[in-house]
Amino acid sequence: MSQPSSLNQSTPLEYSTEDGRLKIFGFWVFLGAEVILFSCLFASYMVYLHRTAGGPTPNDLYDVKEFMIETFLLLTSSFTCGLATHELRRNNKTGVIVWFIITLILGLGFVGMEAHEFVDYVGEGAKLSTSAFLTSFFTLVGTHGCHVSLGILWISGILIQTARHGINAVTARKLFIVGLYWHFLDVVWVFIFTVVYLTGMVL
Amino acid sequence: MSKLIHFLLHDFFVTGEPMIYMADVAIVLVSVVILAVLTYFKRWKWLWREWLTTVDHKKIGILYILAALAMLFRGGVDALLMRTQLAAPNLHVLDAEHYNEIFTTHGTIMILFMAMPFLIGLINVAMPLQIGARDVAFPYLNAISFWLFAAGAMLFNLSFVIGGSPDAGWTSYTPLAEKGLDPGVGENFYLIGLQLAGIGTLASGVNFAVTILKMRAPGMKLMKMPMFTWSTLITSIIIVFAFPVLTVALAMLTIDRIFGGHFFTATAGGEPMMWVNLFWIWGHPEVYIVILPAFGIFSDIISTFSGKRLFGYSAMVYSMLAISVLSFVVWVHHFFTMGNGGTINSVFGISTMAISIPTGVKIFNWLFTMYRAKVRFTVANLWSLAFIPNFVIGGVTGVMLAVAAADYQYHNSYFLVAHFHNVLIAGTVFACFAGLTYWYPKMFGHILNERIGKWTFWVFVIGFNVCFIPQYFLGFMGMTRRVYTYPAGLGWMPLNLISTIGGFLMGIGFIILVWNILYSALLGKRDMTGDPWGGRTLEWATTSPAAEYNFANVPEVEEIDAFHDMKKKNKVKEWLNKPIKDIHMPNNSGRPIIMAGFFFVAGFALVFGWIWLAIVGLLGVFITMLLRSFEIDHGHHIHKEEIERTERIARRIP
Repeated sequence: MSQPSSLNQSTPLEYSTEDGRLKIFGFWVFLGAEVILFSCLFASYMVYLHRTAGGPTPNDLYDVKEFMIETFLLLTSSFTCGLATHELRRNNKTGVIVWFIITLILGLGFVGMEAHEFVDYVGEGAKLSTSAFLTSFFTLVGTHGCHVSLGILWISGILIQTARHGINAVTARKLFIVGLYWHFLDVVWVFIFTVVYLTGMVL
Repeated sequence: MSKLIHFLLHDFFVTGEPMIYMADVAIVLVSVVILAVLTYFKRWKWLWREWLTTVDHKKIGILYILAALAMLFRGGVDALLMRTQLAAPNLHVLDAEHYNEIFTTHGTIMILFMAMPFLIGLINVAMPLQIGARDVAFPYLNAISFWLFAAGAMLFNLSFVIGGSPDAGWTSYTPLAEKGLDPGVGENFYLIGLQLAGIGTLASGVNFAVTILKMRAPGMKLMKMPMFTWSTLITSIIIVFAFPVLTVALAMLTIDRIFGGHFFTATAGGEPMMWVNLFWIWGHPEVYIVILPAFGIFSDIISTFSGKRLFGYSAMVYSMLAISVLSFVVWVHHFFTMGNGGTINSVFGISTMAISIPTGVKIFNWLFTMYRAKVRFTVANLWSLAFIPNFVIGGVTGVMLAVAAADYQYHNSYFLVAHFHNVLIAGTVFACFAGLTYWYPKMFGHILNERIGKWTFWVFVIGFNVCFIPQYFLGFMGMTRRVYTYPAGLGWMPLNLISTIGGFLMGIGFIILVWNILYSALLGKRDMTGDPWGGRTLEWATTSPAAEYNFANVPEVEEIDAFHDMKKKNKVKEWLNKPIKDIHMPNNSGRPIIMAGFFFVAGFALVFGWIWLAIVGLLGVFITMLLRSFEIDHGHHIHKEEIERTERIARRIP
């Protein structure tokens, strides 16, 4: 709410204004809500795991190579996003933009592969309406995919702003928050990798 | 063309019911009158600038309360229709189908579009003032919250005349609420309307939590906050952890109904009990979301009108924390009879009974606050005093229901209906009326007439007991919930008739309240002091109504009941005479209401399964978000001279 006050050099730029501090804290609280949201989807998925209603089972569908590449892309993107935040702390605009663009490319690769995976499944007759298992699979993984897609749009918008206005208290706060969001999605994917794909291959 | 006409007459507009034609006419007439009045008095610009685009927490609070009163009217009319139908055996005021719709909309509206927004409205008005803040943490988001709620409420109410109302109960149990057993779009209105309002509520929860944790006046430690603020903080935390569950449950049922999913269907591996569990994992905390702020309101009011500090302040805080934790581990008690087995039922029965311990602690604290105090029997305090015994009846019958074995007798009977009305009305509704009366001068600058207020109080409270006490007995006599009529000869008629009379008394009480609001607007006593009740907390330290910036100088807090402490130490003058500086405030914005408009379009389209239009609506939502992100908005400053002028007019500085 309040405007930039005198900058304190010892605190990072995104925390230097009251506005920045409030919004970052608010975003953490929001992420708390997101944790609950995904927990519900995970719990539902576990309930429906074996309710395949004679349709395809996890074992029939999941392809190790594909979900390993997806995982690799997303985990790497989280690392490059971390490097972007590092450059943000060093006040290096070019570095921030370059690392975020690499993050975006990796993210796009992930979303592309996931879309391809979904299309494949539907082609094999594994549709959302086939069984409760598939409804919950598409809902859980799809919700994550929608989050990543939204993140890509969001990062793009903030990169344009950073390119225009440089790194200041406002853009630093926005870059930092979108970074939090991206890392959060990465953590969710680690759980999807374990609960959905690994469990699906083993059980 | 004829296909289109067929669609409009059979699937789009609800036809064939005289009551609905009357509603159509009423809606058109009221809309025309509102438009005409606004145009005639040239109030369009005023409406847009002062209300529709506001980000001021006090105005948003008033908007919430106005909407909640309108919804109380709608839900109340539903209730009276039901009571009329049940007044005597074999009546056919409503047919079975229409009765199902009415009890569904009554429950949904009263909980989600009346109780919650009423309390969120009071929180908006009072909480930032109580902690000495200039606004909430995210004023723009606050406006989005309100308009999303408004869009959700509009969408839900629209179902009455377009598409048909939902009819599977406010709990919308599956598989009954699934497409196969409940075709038509009624349930879709329920799902999307609640989804929109729910997202708004989640945003409010985040907003209030951050505001309280980060924006308190200097010196106000957590354990020095007013009790209403404490209750708001705990409620916000419950909202943040409970509402995502509702979001997911609604989304899952939407996927089932509109996209052919199988979460809760009885076929293809679906599991209807998942809905019941998810609904109540949200639903039970929701009960505490609507009761904890009520506890906060009563605490502040009883302490003020007893002229004493609240007895057992820290016990109050810890009991609320205990309730908030317990609220998440009792959900199964809503379906003891649905095949959980003895062990699970016992665990949830005991956790449910455990809630009565912290609640009992609070009851005694309120009583001890009044011990040897000079209690002033103002209307706000009367509501609080009536709350205690009436709520205890609801609480004790709740403990009876918590005995799982006995619940097989009570389950879904009128005993249950009486129980939850006894907690929700004596708790939440009494608190809404108490809070409205208490903070009314802070909102509008004048006091609600006390004499008329007492009439509302007595008529409503007597009506309430006449209405619901007989229902306990009807429950024991075997009358089940949601029956649309009953045969003669069961001996149910006298008690039903009495109950109906009580219901209408409550309706009359509501009319007197509305009359009081109109009367007081014209002839009400002005509050020139800003402190009409001898208040103890900071909201009474500023003018009535509070200026846009709330406080010319942020007060410094030393004790619980900070304003009382300032008055006692003669520090008020000194504080008022501090030099005034420019104050930074956020700018108004028209985008929240436009964004909610797009959400409404998307929601309406999804109800009818018009995916292309839903995508257009969501695109609109994204564009408004993008515009916000690219906007450079530093807010504005209210200059020192202007503040001094305002304060001088309020005669707070010489």
